Amino acid sequence: MTAFGKTPSLTRPQGAPVYLDYQATTPCDPRVVDAMLPWFTEKFGNPHSRNHRYGWEAEEAVEQAREQVADIIGADSKEVIFTSGATESNNLALKGVAHFYKDKKNHIVTVVTEHKCVLDTCRHLEQEGFTVTYLPVKADGLVDMDELDAAITDKTVIVSVMAVNNEIGVIQPLAEIGALCRKKGAFFHTDCAQAVGKIPLDVNAMNIDLMSISGHKLYGPKGIGALYVRRRPRIRLVPLITGGGQERGMRSGTLATPLCVGLGMACAIAKAEMGAEAEKLKRLNQRLLGGLQQRLPEIYVNGHLDHRIPGNLNISFAFVEGEGLMMGVKDLAVSSGSACTSASLEPSYVLRALGLDAEMAHTSLRFGMGRFTTDEDIDFAIDHIVEAVEHLRAMSPLWDMHLDGVDIKSIQWAEH
Amino acid sequence: MAYSDKVIDHYEHPRNVGALDKDDAGVGTGLVGAPACGDVMKLQIKVSAEGIIEDAKFKTFGCGSAIASSSLVTEWVKGKTLDEAASIKNTDIAQELALPPVKIHCSVLAEDAIKAAIADYKKKSGKDTEAAE
Repeated sequence: MTAFGKTPSLTRPQGAPVYLDYQATTPCDPRVVDAMLPWFTEKFGNPHSRNHRYGWEAEEAVEQAREQVADIIGADSKEVIFTSGATESNNLALKGVAHFYKDKKNHIVTVVTEHKCVLDTCRHLEQEGFTVTYLPVKADGLVDMDELDAAITDKTVIVSVMAVNNEIGVIQPLAEIGALCRKKGAFFHTDCAQAVGKIPLDVNAMNIDLMSISGHKLYGPKGIGALYVRRRPRIRLVPLITGGGQERGMRSGTLATPLCVGLGMACAIAKAEMGAEAEKLKRLNQRLLGGLQQRLPEIYVNGHLDHRIPGNLNISFAFVEGEGLMMGVKDLAVSSGSACTSASLEPSYVLRALGLDAEMAHTSLRFGMGRFTTDEDIDFAIDHIVEAVEHLRAMSPLWDMHLDGVDIKSIQWAEH
Repeated sequence: MAYSDKVIDHYEHPRNVGALDKDDAGVGTGLVGAPACGDVMKLQIKVSAEGIIEDAKFKTFGCGSAIASSSLVTEWVKGKTLDEAASIKNTDIAQELALPPVKIHCSVLAEDAIKAAIADYKKKSGKDTEAAE
């Protein structure tokens, strides 16, 4: 019980699958929706209108939301600008900084397991003539600090390392990375879409210069995010969107008052409830993993087991193909790292970056638990997964070979 | 991705899952695909003295479409001669299961599995005369 009252529960529509995909998105907290509603109708003013009460009250609401966002990351509200989401924030941070400082520095350092919106932005910057170093990760998904140290040169303008990976949930050592970047004179940007509201963050203690935030990953609305931009020492950006000069000239366009209010409320609730929520999720995580391990041999957790957010589990079920498994667990909403679920037919690049064989990457499922996940959901999931894996292993020629002691790697497979 | 009702039916109630004795002279075994590619099919046929496929079994590691394709072909090859079975085309499988374009490779793999099983049987039973000559 916090200042925001008892955490509400959400009822699942009849026949809907159990939702275990909280890294894809989260439902809006009903308390967030309640806070947003008046700003659609009676309080509809343009927060940039300076001439009347409609504008003033909207501006006040937006500024309160900005403070709530700043508060959860230990920033000043003047350092927070609203965007359409973490993808835009990542674009603005990387392109904005690279373009502003391009006459002095032309090198960017990032990591191969970053979200596509960081990697793709870096690709675009490479086409413009910037040099990008894509660092590998260790088998547990974490960055090697010595390699990062070696990669940063006096030409490095910005280092971009995500806080929490969206597929495997591992937490990068932000404070160490921040200290290193500060020492070497490179800006530190971190994509915190999966981290805000899940783990404690402090932009000053961690020497973070730019931070991307997403609304819909922390029980806020979709279509809104934020970018933290340090003011002391000041970081300059070339804006992506120009116009009326809103958001201190870094992001023009009329702010969406209800969405800003929603993001602010989501941050305030998360700050108050993060500790208790993490405890609950840790318990659910252990319940799920323990329950599966007890009943299924040959399952492997992908990513560091301890340096990860408690709401994530990524498991490879050896000898069972991920998409086939997803079809078997149709009463669960989960994601797979299998090729077959992607348009590219390539297995997850994040899992491959851990050094996982393609065949193990094909057998993975990602379980995302969150605020509204219950013990009953987890128990249901365990039964459902065990049943599906046993059904599919009984059908799997690879499982037979494993039982017969045949090393699958010793067979000459005809790749197709 | 939405699956056709036939794919779901074969996935949930696969026909002829299992194994035949691969050392039996009348049994041909085809193993196609690769774990790294996300699908492996093992298809076995038991051929009578008259050259008719009297039984078929499969095991498949793969997505729903791969499982359904192999399950379907075990039904189709039963009662057929080797030549009839060899004439089954991947397009027939894809059409029967209403596979989307991205899943066509599953039907191709099933066709390959039939051909591999027939080739294995012919080799074992010494009927692979064309190749021997």
